[in-house]
Amino acid sequence: MIEFINNYFLPGLILGSIYALGAIGVSMIYSILRFAHFAHGDLMTFGAYLAYAVVVALGWPPLAALPFALIGTSLTALAIDRFAYRPFRKSRPIVVVIASFGVALMIRAAVMLIWGVQPEPYVTGIQAPLASFEPLRMQEKHLVILGTTIVLVAALHLMLTRTKMGKAMRAMSDDADLARVTGIGTERVVAWTWVVGAVLAAAAGVLTGIDTQIKYTLGWDLLLPLFAAAILGGLGRPYGAILGGYVIGIVEELSSYPLFGDDPLISPGYKTGIAFAVMVLMLIWRPQGLLRGKVL
Amino acid sequence: MELGGLLLYGVSLVTFAGIFAIITLGLNLNWGMSGLFNVGIAGFFAVGAYVSSILTAPPSGGEHLGGFELPVPVGLVAAMVMAAAVAWAVGRVCLRLRSDYLAIATIGIAEILRLFARNEQSITGGAFGIKGIPRPFESMSRAWSEAAFMLLVLALMGAVYLFMERARVSPWGRVMRAIRDNETAAAAMGKNIEAFRLQAFVIGSSFMGLGGALTAHYLKVLTPEATEPLIATFLVWVMLIAGGSGNNKGAMLGALVVWLLWTATELVAGQMPIEWGVRIGYARMFLVGLLLVFVLQRFPGGLLPEQAPKLVDKQR
Repeated sequence: MIEFINNYFLPGLILGSIYALGAIGVSMIYSILRFAHFAHGDLMTFGAYLAYAVVVALGWPPLAALPFALIGTSLTALAIDRFAYRPFRKSRPIVVVIASFGVALMIRAAVMLIWGVQPEPYVTGIQAPLASFEPLRMQEKHLVILGTTIVLVAALHLMLTRTKMGKAMRAMSDDADLARVTGIGTERVVAWTWVVGAVLAAAAGVLTGIDTQIKYTLGWDLLLPLFAAAILGGLGRPYGAILGGYVIGIVEELSSYPLFGDDPLISPGYKTGIAFAVMVLMLIWRPQGLLRGKVL
Repeated sequence: MELGGLLLYGVSLVTFAGIFAIITLGLNLNWGMSGLFNVGIAGFFAVGAYVSSILTAPPSGGEHLGGFELPVPVGLVAAMVMAAAVAWAVGRVCLRLRSDYLAIATIGIAEILRLFARNEQSITGGAFGIKGIPRPFESMSRAWSEAAFMLLVLALMGAVYLFMERARVSPWGRVMRAIRDNETAAAAMGKNIEAFRLQAFVIGSSFMGLGGALTAHYLKVLTPEATEPLIATFLVWVMLIAGGSGNNKGAMLGALVVWLLWTATELVAGQMPIEWGVRIGYARMFLVGLLLVFVLQRFPGGLLPEQAPKLVDKQR
């Protein structure tokens, strides 16, 4: 049993944290800006590399570089929105989706131009030893990942429930026209949505780097699980996205559990396929998601 | 020699532009005419490429499935059929939902097919891929064989174009556009939206499979690199948007212009020192993205915007 938790459940929790952070942004941007943002994964990559730049330049630990990555990615997201997405506010949403593919390509190319294509770890050398939670086998970095996720999700919760902007965001996500009629400034809400989405995406990217390493396809490879998590939880439902993220993360890790005999249930090479399968099943069975989100 | 080399280069340029034109026409049927957001072009491309290669390649000594050595035309047809079958399966599930879901689903399919090409060594040859794929007209001398293959590609492109033009002015094409522009109204007219969409999706995807198969036969080797979404998916999207979504001539013009630009930047990159050449490769990728956003913002209609077909006067 303890082996099972150590080898499958805990890794699932770690992966799920990263998915959850990314999926919240996808879900909120969809419900407030009304489009599926396909450059979200590449925002994660960008954030991860910003932190890498700070780590390399100043020799700081990655967690200390995190704030720089969050701020830098937020500003980048705002600039992208201004120049790439805002001209399309009055067009059909699908046009923006195409544009977001263009943006994804641009961010990825910029990362390749600046930092190259070699995978890089944040910290070279011997990894920190196992933290002592016997019989649970958890590394220090895993505690960092879980802790950072909890702090960010708590901050998001406080923002959405306690601040005026958070309430405006929820109002716009529920009914954009009604929100506008009550005098909510649309563009400011949109700007804050980008900041929240970019902060969480960059954090997810940095945490991925802390967990393993960073490479230019980091975010693109996560795009499918992110959307699966957002759809599973219900689009426009931040808490649903968190739930979806953890479900997808844990299911992906469990999929290689040797249920019959000694071979993994599903070859680890197809892990991405799991997220896809969960998503397709969800689309057939309950397209509004677990927490009753929007149906595209 | 100089002139001959240049001519051969031109032939290869036109061949690729023709293959891309076929794929772009397929996307035009998906997106331009029917509003189906297919971002999994690389997946259907890969299905076509692998199916045709496996059926026609010589025995590999167990490195991958194959050794059937069927004639190339059989491979091409099988490529289209298999790509259509995959599209049918995806479409059955996802076409009911709005376009964003289709986008995610097609990305997913393309991704899984890429994993399949990489992982299933006994079928696809894994990372080593498939070698020795036959190219038609190989018995001729190099120049003539290249030229003959180019003509074959252009003939197939012409056939696809005629089919698309016929579809565009046909009642079927009108229904497709009606569904694209106002689904509710089309449904109210008694049109079976799901069935029409599925037809457009399946046929368009089979053209992508044909494009994949032609690429494999032209290059004679096939590795999972060919299924990278950058070229096979995004470049084709840029071609269609730049050329004119919904316009078949525009789709072909877009394929030609964007492919010329793409290879021209490759030539520039080739002139640079290696260190710079690699970076210019990334800069090209950046430009593809920029071009997509720029064209969408400034010239949403593309080079040749869509034109409604002429009304037919039934009285005459």
